[in-house]
Amino acid sequence: MILGLIIVAIAAPVLAPYPDDVTEFHPAERLMGPGVQHFFGTDRMGSDIFSRMLFGARITITIAVIAIGVSVLIGVPIGLLAGYYRNWVSDALMRVSDIFLAVPQIILAIAIAQTLGASIENVILALSATYWPFWARLVYAETRSALNEAYVEASIALGAKPLRVMVMHVLPNISSSIIVRTTIGMGGTILTAAALGFLGLGPPAPSPEWGRTIAESREFLPEAWWYATAPGIAIFLVVMGFNLLGDGLRDVLDPRTRRSASD
Amino acid sequence: MVLIINRSLWFVPTLVGLMIITFTISHIIPADPVAFFAGENATNEQIEELRARYGFDKPLHIQLINYLIGVTQGDLGVSIYTQRPISEDLLSRLPATMELTFMAVLLSTVVGIPLGVIAAVYRNTMFDHVLRVITVSGLAIASFWLAILFQLLFAMELQITPLQGRIDGWGPEVITGFFLIDSIIAGDFDSFMNAAAHLVLPTLTLAFPAMATIMRFTRAGVLDAINSNYVLYEQAMGFPSRIIIWKYVLRNALIGTVTQIGLVFGILIAGTVVVEAVYDWPGLGLYAVEAILNSDYNAIMGFTLITGAFFIIINLIVDIIQGVIDPRN
Repeated sequence: MILGLIIVAIAAPVLAPYPDDVTEFHPAERLMGPGVQHFFGTDRMGSDIFSRMLFGARITITIAVIAIGVSVLIGVPIGLLAGYYRNWVSDALMRVSDIFLAVPQIILAIAIAQTLGASIENVILALSATYWPFWARLVYAETRSALNEAYVEASIALGAKPLRVMVMHVLPNISSSIIVRTTIGMGGTILTAAALGFLGLGPPAPSPEWGRTIAESREFLPEAWWYATAPGIAIFLVVMGFNLLGDGLRDVLDPRTRRSASD
Repeated sequence: MVLIINRSLWFVPTLVGLMIITFTISHIIPADPVAFFAGENATNEQIEELRARYGFDKPLHIQLINYLIGVTQGDLGVSIYTQRPISEDLLSRLPATMELTFMAVLLSTVVGIPLGVIAAVYRNTMFDHVLRVITVSGLAIASFWLAILFQLLFAMELQITPLQGRIDGWGPEVITGFFLIDSIIAGDFDSFMNAAAHLVLPTLTLAFPAMATIMRFTRAGVLDAINSNYVLYEQAMGFPSRIIIWKYVLRNALIGTVTQIGLVFGILIAGTVVVEAVYDWPGLGLYAVEAILNSDYNAIMGFTLITGAFFIIINLIVDIIQGVIDPRN
């Protein structure tokens, strides 16, 4: 399912029956129901919803991948440092991430996205700024427990430098948890990004972003019932795909923490 | 006891940290809220005058200190849009959100916990698989889309529920601000039914992801407990399995679920913003959305701060309860 999404996102211009409809309007074909000509119908501008949805996949993937990438790049080093050293700096780092975790992510993301203005870049920024503490917390906890393992003690005893211990010994051993968290985080990020788009904080019109499309459709209910259906199902399938992939990866990579929930 | 004091001590610093973060976010912006509010035709003097009135003319760190002092006195500043104190605005919106959230918590626990237990007891049966599809969907569905689907089906097609809003007309005389309670006090049965009907769709939408989470953790907790030795012992002693499950197993399984209440509230708070926006529910979430549309920075900061404080308190209580139930940590 995830592979499908990536393929769709890359091949959007080829797959889309009306690739120009992202920006082009056809007032004559406005709000047409689903049919042979337009699989998922047309929107308020007469554009093909199916084509716009495919291009929306690109936006979603871009936002989620970059935002999560940045979060991992910020969160993992902070977690490693705070976990390895035991001093006031590591306490302070963890306190700061606690403060970020003290508010539901979407609330902070709303505040940031609002002040910066509606654009793809700002959504990415807002999501990265609010999601990095998840990785900092996770890596911190895992690093602390890894430090008690014999192989880490051995390498420290052999005189390995802190950086070497962190990167060569601790990081590879906690990577499976990071991968699982990242996969599940993708689902959450996509949901939050769509909610921001729905609230009008995402990329501005005529962007085919899924959340925005659903918000646009509300004016035309109940007549244009198909308008919100396609993007809604798209969000649902993609998020579910990442969640299930995350659960699956956890079972494969990390049998220790296997939960009864997934048996 | 040490844990409780320790946790409580962190409450204030966390809140101050949150204030500094929201303040920084709303003041490093390139846009000028005063110029935006004053409009395009305002003269420079008018803008300066407004700026002085809202304290925007002072250096940033002075503004921050003023804001912090104000907050300790319950003053969150004045909304640039409604021209009313933000604390008053938030307070008047609070009951609507609390009523909705309370119903959602009620629904998601009353439905989620028994279903989680049943799914665990009848694991890997058809019933369990169906429930698993529901939990997986609950965590993947965008609540604003679910809200629109509900509106489309129940309000527009079947016309058995109201489309949006909290009540038709003015509602009962405001005493507590909870329409269900106020209408009972007023003895107004019609208002009660009307308010209840308006609650149905928002509650269902808000409760769905929370219910999925509760079901998931209850199922996991019950499965862990079922496999433990004391259950084996009780079975060997010939206790009816109904009593073992609902009395002994559930009690232990719920410890795990209680620790997830913080998570559930996080889902609910995040949910109120979009759910209230779709159903035009006049609570805090809708206030935040209106503040966003009006670039009302003070109001957004106030909202972030209040929800943050609420969330921190919930987590504090959860930590304390957890310490009481399970003193080992």
